[in-house]
Amino acid sequence: MAQESQIQLEASEEQLVYAKILEKGMLVGLGILFITFALYAFGIMKPYIPLNEISRYWGTNVTEYLHNTGIEPGWAWVTMLKYGDFINFIGIAILAGVTVLCYLVIIPTLLRKKDFVYAVLALLEAVILAVAASGILGTGGH
Amino acid sequence: MGLISKAKLLIWLFPVFALGGIFPEGGHATEAATAVAAGASYAWWVWALILFIVTLIMGVLAVLGGVGGGVLFVPIISGFFPFHLDFVRGTGLLVALAGALAAGPGLLKANLASLRLAIPVALIASTCAIMGAMIGLALPTNIVQICLGATIIGICILMLTAKKSEIPDVPEADRLSSALAIYGVYHEASSGKTIDWKIHRTVLGLGLFVIIGIMAGMFGLGAGWANVPVLNLVMGAPLKISVATSKFLLSITDTSAAWIYMNKGCVLPLMVVPSLVGIMLGSFIGVRLLKIAKPTFIRWMVIGILAFAGIKALTKGLGIEFM
Repeated sequence: MAQESQIQLEASEEQLVYAKILEKGMLVGLGILFITFALYAFGIMKPYIPLNEISRYWGTNVTEYLHNTGIEPGWAWVTMLKYGDFINFIGIAILAGVTVLCYLVIIPTLLRKKDFVYAVLALLEAVILAVAASGILGTGGH
Repeated sequence: MGLISKAKLLIWLFPVFALGGIFPEGGHATEAATAVAAGASYAWWVWALILFIVTLIMGVLAVLGGVGGGVLFVPIISGFFPFHLDFVRGTGLLVALAGALAAGPGLLKANLASLRLAIPVALIASTCAIMGAMIGLALPTNIVQICLGATIIGICILMLTAKKSEIPDVPEADRLSSALAIYGVYHEASSGKTIDWKIHRTVLGLGLFVIIGIMAGMFGLGAGWANVPVLNLVMGAPLKISVATSKFLLSITDTSAAWIYMNKGCVLPLMVVPSLVGIMLGSFIGVRLLKIAKPTFIRWMVIGILAFAGIKALTKGLGIEFM
């Protein structure tokens, strides 16, 4: 009984795997975000929107912002990574994407433990997050 | 009123007046023009620096006041800064997400956040957060601003009235939570006891997460203010498990909504990074200050600031001049 309590006091195998991936993803994402922001803010990489002009756009709604700047929404930022402002999206995407990876990684552990209900729930969550990330649900403005 | 009481009152009201006095604001009709003019009148780095300082203070207050950074960020930044609500909500979600990502691994490893409890809840909350984000981005800004103001005032009332239960009495786990094996054990350091916990009213709790998810996505707020009461008071999870699971839950709920805002173009790195660094650094300082600060006083101050920001959002949405 005491041994059972000790086992329950410790986090489950899938919880520890999830935590490990989440931690690594968070550190990598934040690290990249800080480096790319320094490249942007210190003018090492030329931004698409000059820094002294950005304040013209941030007071308008996103539809006007996209229209006035000619920026394409969705995953178009991937094609604009040569610009200092858009390179920041790498770190942001890692931070927003690491959870999908966490869910996918724990599925084999759950299946091995014959925890089929949670394996299905984890797969469903990964699909939902992937759909949200994909841009299928709509891109660009109001 | 004694001198000390007056001094306390002044300290309490300082952040409110500071926010109202420093940052320019126009009525609803002139919102965009005022915002552009105000934004253009300072160098870009001044705004980045102001954002950093304000979010640093928010980070400190959030920890001491026992709220998430996201719930302070959206009403205050949208109410008193020249940034459009679309960008503020996108940034708010990423700020709350970064905080949850930073805390999540430690809470999971310590077995305070329960993955088993979070997975079904997150599935509902994140799906609804996507819907909320899409609704929020489809509605006119003034309608969202009015709803945001009303929500923030509601949060203040919730903070004033909601009770907490360290270890709620759950006589029997319900059938759904038993089938999903949602239960656990944790060590309560303050009493030295090992606490077995289980939950009940799972269907009702999951139903409430439909509303929480929609609101989180619609307003770009972290949803800890709602997660904790539902997990703790409705579903009967111990307070520590509720707080930790709620914090971890935000890393999933906010992820789904953040992608919608990102794909819509509502993310400006110049707003995101200074805010994110400010909140995280502020939280770090806040944790250190927690040992010497008076949490009750700070909590009252946070409620006061939130109420002020809520009224500001409401009046801004209605096009009424307010400070």
